[in-house]
Amino acid sequence: MSRETILNVAILAGLLAVALGAWASGEPFVVQLATRAAILGMAGVGLNLALGYGGLVSFGHAAFFGIGGYAAGILASAAQNYEPLMTWPVELPGTTSMPIIWLTAVIAAGLIALPIGALSLRTGGVHFIMITLAFAQMIYYFAISWPAYGGEDGLSIYVRNSLGTLDTMSPLTFFLIAFALLLLVLGLVLVATRSRFGLALAMARQNPLRLTSMGVRPFNVRLTAFVLSAMAVALAGALYADLNRFVSPTMLSWHLSGELIVFVILGGVGRPCGPLIGACIYVLLEQWLGGLTDYWQFPLGVILLLVVLFARGGVIGLVTGRNANA
Amino acid sequence: MPKPILRINGLEKSFGALKATNGVTLDLYPGEIHALIGPNGAGKSTLIKQIVGEIRPDAGSIDFEGQPIDRLDAADRARIGLARTFQVSQIAPELSAVRNVMLAVEAREGRVFRFFRPVSRDLDLIAAAMAFLHDAGLGERAAIHAADLSHGERRQLEFAMALALKPKVFLMDEPMAGLSPDGSKRMTAFLSELRHTAPILLVEHDMEAVFALADRISVLVYGQVIATGTVADIRANPEVRTAYLGDEAA
Amino acid sequence: MTLFLEQVLNGLQFGTMLFLMAAGLTLVFGVMGLINLAHGSLYMVGAFAAAAAAAATGNFLLAIVAALAAAALAGAIVEIVVLRRLYRRDHLDQVLATFALILIFSEGVRWIFGSFPLYLDVPRALAGAVHVGPLSYPLYRLAIIVVGIAVAVGLWLLINRTRLGVQIRAGEADREMIAALGIDIARLYTVVFALGAALAGLAGALIGPIQSVQVGMGEPVLIMAFVVVVIGGIGSIRGALVGAILVGVTDTLGRFLLPIVLGGFMDQASAMSVGSALASMSIYILMAVILVWRPTGLMGAH
Repeated sequence: MSRETILNVAILAGLLAVALGAWASGEPFVVQLATRAAILGMAGVGLNLALGYGGLVSFGHAAFFGIGGYAAGILASAAQNYEPLMTWPVELPGTTSMPIIWLTAVIAAGLIALPIGALSLRTGGVHFIMITLAFAQMIYYFAISWPAYGGEDGLSIYVRNSLGTLDTMSPLTFFLIAFALLLLVLGLVLVATRSRFGLALAMARQNPLRLTSMGVRPFNVRLTAFVLSAMAVALAGALYADLNRFVSPTMLSWHLSGELIVFVILGGVGRPCGPLIGACIYVLLEQWLGGLTDYWQFPLGVILLLVVLFARGGVIGLVTGRNANA
Repeated sequence: MPKPILRINGLEKSFGALKATNGVTLDLYPGEIHALIGPNGAGKSTLIKQIVGEIRPDAGSIDFEGQPIDRLDAADRARIGLARTFQVSQIAPELSAVRNVMLAVEAREGRVFRFFRPVSRDLDLIAAAMAFLHDAGLGERAAIHAADLSHGERRQLEFAMALALKPKVFLMDEPMAGLSPDGSKRMTAFLSELRHTAPILLVEHDMEAVFALADRISVLVYGQVIATGTVADIRANPEVRTAYLGDEAA
Repeated sequence: MTLFLEQVLNGLQFGTMLFLMAAGLTLVFGVMGLINLAHGSLYMVGAFAAAAAAAATGNFLLAIVAALAAAALAGAIVEIVVLRRLYRRDHLDQVLATFALILIFSEGVRWIFGSFPLYLDVPRALAGAVHVGPLSYPLYRLAIIVVGIAVAVGLWLLINRTRLGVQIRAGEADREMIAALGIDIARLYTVVFALGAALAGLAGALIGPIQSVQVGMGEPVLIMAFVVVVIGGIGSIRGALVGAILVGVTDTLGRFLLPIVLGGFMDQASAMSVGSALASMSIYILMAVILVWRPTGLMGAH
């Protein structure tokens, strides 16, 4: 096994151990933190497919995180208030079933990512960054000014949604659900990047001209990666809404898009587990610095700046001593 | 006489006031190497880019196997059988040599959007790619990252990728550029054989190689073809001698 | 009708602010190839410097000078300490580093000034309104439009008529060339960055009397300025001007007109809510349309 593989297994095992240990010693808050890290890590892993493997610096993935969150919030609040989700053209009821919510979140994000990606990918570089940001902002402002779903105040999910007969209100059970989905997303991303598509995506990033001369349009490859990545992030968003039992436009904010990028870079761009490590470090820093000072974002900013300037390749790069993609 | 596989009719392209391509007419027949020579800035690369669909001509048309291809984009033209090699080798530096070629194989098969099976276990794909690497003389270096290959080896990798596309026409932009005298000799022998796989439109500066390889030569000066003919015709053409070969032939 | 005219003027005034922001962004993109998310922080720095100076001296002109100086200084320091290490890096590193700078600036300002918003008064000389026929319009907002026009003219003169302008244009065309011309690139970059920062600071100071001065005020404006730059075409000051006015007027008129138009075929309350939701999306839709039509923007290079 390579050092990176060992590190990957260690981080997953470590996260699981922290949650189990905290639960055994009666620290539900720590379980909650571990769940948060797992979910944010999942979003980072999803973003990494576009950003790390595809070289698409999307500054708008909060849009998909939020869409996932709102899918959960809207379906659940409709079900909990016994109101139909819509009455026309067919009457659709809400639901509190997690699998249906997840599916809805993933499909909705995919459908919205398709036009956003198609428009944004007409350009590249700096344009792409700004346009993805702008589209995410558009959805953010829409959520704020559309009163039906809480507007600026957001939506509460009174009771966590259900999965079979599991007690989802138990922090440990919910952690295990999130952890299982994290493994699933991680596995799918890993498989996709090692498939034929993964080769094409690598070429689209490293040499689009060559890809074209092989008869494959880089646009199609990139758009596919963008949409898949959005879907993974939406799944994380749906879980995040359930974790907090609350969804608001904050989940759509550009600040969150920035944080997702931070996870990816902190851990190591284009590394399968990099964003998870980044998310864990971020959650730890947030806790630790937040305990030290009210102005914890100041030292956080300084740390991030130092990482960008001096620790290229992120934490995994530091540990394995190798720079980026193999 | 067989029909040309590629025919370029009256192609024109201007960049502002500069006429980079000024009514170029050319054709390429099965089994031949047609060399395109001309001084720097004559518009050779611009012409290649129009043939592969990277830039659009202002006027004129291009026929491939008797069909107009003017409305096809670069990816479409690659798919119907126009393979291009670049002046500066275009490869994925972070992928191993064999993976570069594997991608070309899957692109030709039209099976790029497959998400689940790891390529490392796709033995047919690997075997096919290895065969093309061997044909290009790079079999031993299959596992090396393309970034770590030498200049000459990258050129070979380019050829392996072009071969893997099983094209009907090769369009080559200065394949001899930057090669050692020894490397040029090997490349010349390689290309001489390759013409039986598919005809080659060869843009080249290395006159020795061109005279050794070409069945026909066209001379491009200021975006215009001033002469087309056999090696002997071109060597003897007074207009070409003054415009281009001048000092070399003297 | 007078209401409509007033809204058009509001749109122009908003467009002027956006131009001041977008001009700096687009200059920095064009000359250094840097994407600077922290541009909004410089706007905030300008606004806070102005508020602090106005509170201390009571003089609005001094407040403006303080804003220009503080933002330019902050910009120059950031450029020298951090950003010049990033010009050769990819955009991803630039995004992360400037994101970190936002955290540092926002938290730093909150540390110094606290979380409560500050207020700037409209200077006495510019208080009141201008009356033209039935239309009356606040003099201060009119003054902002005038300042914006002056800055646009000034930038045009700077770039087309001065030595610095020659260097900037050379830098946009070809980085090797400025080195060949014997220009000190490091100094040029610092000056360009400080210039952009000063414009952002000016925008922040001018907006102070209209909005409240608070942490995070730069971020919505930054994103709108991005939209402006995308619409106008990266690197083009002229594009930034056209884009800014287009975005400013579209946004303002959208908010004003959409609820009225929708009120024609739905009830008042839903017309208000649907209208405001659509209006908040209007500039992004405008951007999407322009991108489909011209992917590099109205005045883009290609």
